[in-house]
Amino acid sequence: MQSKMKESDPILEVENLSASTDNLPILKGVSLTVYPGEIHAIMGRNGCGKSTLSKIIAGHPSYNITNGEIKFFGENINSLEPEERSQSGIFLGFQYPIEIPGVSNLEFLRVSTNARRKFLNKEELDTFDFEELVKEKLEIVKMDHAFLSRSVNQGFSGGEKKRNEILQMALLEPKIAILDETDSGLDIDALRIVASGIKKISNAQTGIILITHYQRLLDEIKPNYVHVMSDGQIIKTGESDLALELEEKGYEWTDNFIKET
Amino acid sequence: MVNENLVQESVKEPYKYGFVTDIETEKIEKGLNEDIIKLISHKKEEPQFLLDFRLKAFKKWKKMKEPDWAALGYKKIDYQDIIYYSAPKQKEKISSLDEVDPKLLETFDKLGIPLTEQKKLTNVAVDAVFDSVSIATTFREELAEHGVIFCSISEAVKNHADLIEKYLGTVVPTSDNYFAALNSAVFSDGSFVYIPKGVTCPMDLSSYFRINSGDSGQFERTLIIAEESSSVSYLEGCTAPMFDTNTLHAAVVELIALDDASIKYSTVQNWYAGNEEGIGGIFNFVTKRGKCLGKRSKISWSQVETGSAITWKYPSCLLLGEESVGEFYSVALTNNLQQADTGTKMIHIGPKTKSTIVSKGISAGNSKNSYRGLVKMGTKATGSRNYSQCDSMLIGDQASANTFPYIKSQQPNSEIEHEATTCRISEDQLFYLQSRGIEFEEAVSMMVSGFCRDVFNQLPMEFAAEADKLLALKLEGSVG
Repeated sequence: MQSKMKESDPILEVENLSASTDNLPILKGVSLTVYPGEIHAIMGRNGCGKSTLSKIIAGHPSYNITNGEIKFFGENINSLEPEERSQSGIFLGFQYPIEIPGVSNLEFLRVSTNARRKFLNKEELDTFDFEELVKEKLEIVKMDHAFLSRSVNQGFSGGEKKRNEILQMALLEPKIAILDETDSGLDIDALRIVASGIKKISNAQTGIILITHYQRLLDEIKPNYVHVMSDGQIIKTGESDLALELEEKGYEWTDNFIKET
Repeated sequence: MVNENLVQESVKEPYKYGFVTDIETEKIEKGLNEDIIKLISHKKEEPQFLLDFRLKAFKKWKKMKEPDWAALGYKKIDYQDIIYYSAPKQKEKISSLDEVDPKLLETFDKLGIPLTEQKKLTNVAVDAVFDSVSIATTFREELAEHGVIFCSISEAVKNHADLIEKYLGTVVPTSDNYFAALNSAVFSDGSFVYIPKGVTCPMDLSSYFRINSGDSGQFERTLIIAEESSSVSYLEGCTAPMFDTNTLHAAVVELIALDDASIKYSTVQNWYAGNEEGIGGIFNFVTKRGKCLGKRSKISWSQVETGSAITWKYPSCLLLGEESVGEFYSVALTNNLQQADTGTKMIHIGPKTKSTIVSKGISAGNSKNSYRGLVKMGTKATGSRNYSQCDSMLIGDQASANTFPYIKSQQPNSEIEHEATTCRISEDQLFYLQSRGIEFEEAVSMMVSGFCRDVFNQLPMEFAAEADKLLALKLEGSVG
């Protein structure tokens, strides 16, 4: 697909990326390019390296890049701190959002939003202006104002945590969003809310990577490309119908690709 | 792990109040004996009853042994190698602030405690104590209009001797413990507060303690009396310069609350903690106790302890009055080689008394942080209740945290609850905050303030902001 002519420069280029944790190789040469306006889905069994790929792009300190590079708007970001990546427009939606006791969600969102705004040379928002902004964004994920006064993710239900992730994405307006199993643990209504939120936030200038096991999210948000990962590699790339085929035939079907390669 | 080291790195912060004021001081010779005590009393022109009080305390002190039950280790203190009285040289009688040495005003200015008429804090009355003496007290006239007495304890000895004689040593007896006995023998200055019946003190009262001399100890004495149906909020702050010797600070604070009275006592303690190798720093041995004498009276301690090489401190409540209430909210942060053994004692004597303890200990570096608390239900404390919560947070893998709860109940019809947790700042939490654009240091300090939130909520507004800032400062520093 990378051979196709594109009108603009890519947002994200992952080139032949290998990475390990505790000397255990997890990624074994992954390449992936995302252009503005594109939606990519990454599918694969548990433990195939999908989540690791997303964490490495976001800069998780537990993984070592052993080979290859990650480029964001053409710049190598291998050595950037996670906060620098976030500020410059990379967003990771967590599969299991972390609870931070005692830290108010509102203050967390404000500090986070201001860090991104500062990077963009936009004025930082005080509590009052931020309240206005966040009110508007709460609509997107249909969250109640009361969520803001609670501690970050603490005591949130699974669905509330995921919506809180999408709220953060809405506030940070990233250039690329990697959503790691944002659909898992959601009932149908919550899934629709989350999916419509993602659609509202994304536009022709942004890229999205959806990491998922299920077709149902892809029914709501149609990807341009579907990648299948296995044992730290992308073993097949296709268009959106690949996901349907995968749903029908199961991952065992993809095992054959490994044999072929 | 990489991040653990980073967290440890980030808790290093140079001490900002380590400067020394170059001022001529009047010091007496080193050492402690009856003559020294007589000299201190004479210098302060004290009445006979107070000299007797001191000498009695000294006699008892000589027979006592320095306590060794705390989880603290330090070189033996040589009590004959300490100067027990040190005062900046000033004019004999100071009638207004204009006559105070500008160097002293400047010192407090630098510490963020402006005293002069033009600059003084608008909503807080301040008593500024420099080494052994009180320098100035602001808003005295305004407070006097409400009948509130707020002055140095030396002044109270002169002008309100009856109150001093009636209450001094009634909460912390001279023989209470080794350091209280020492303080009773040699105390030099401190604050005195008297709130008359039915008066709600119109502003927060605050004392600021500054140690300047390296070789003199500081032994301040504070006495607060709240008459029936009165209330007051009192704040206390402390700093000291950096010396490579240890300075002894042994204070005594006594609070008395009569029927329906309430006293809120908040401390932000930021004495010099010594350097990274544990050289220098204040030895902080403090006895703080409140007596809820009256029915429905209430005494609430809140403390943020971040400084000192050694902290030994157990602000306590004697709950005598029926339905009286005692509270203790504490944050203790230790770093490098700091040691803290701190907690509270809630002694339930009267019926239907209630107490709440919330303690948050944060240990970083090679420090040692212990909570030690006693909850006691006496035979008459029927229908009384206590709730205690002690949480510890460890930063790095060299620090230690201990919890020593002592529970004694002689009253079957009472309730005691104790909860304790220990946690660590996890890599996942840090990564989560960082992946939202929040810098590493800020992420750590956000989590630490989050951990302390229950206690910060109890502090007066301005103090809460200051405490939060202070913790952030202590946690900020040389990352990367």
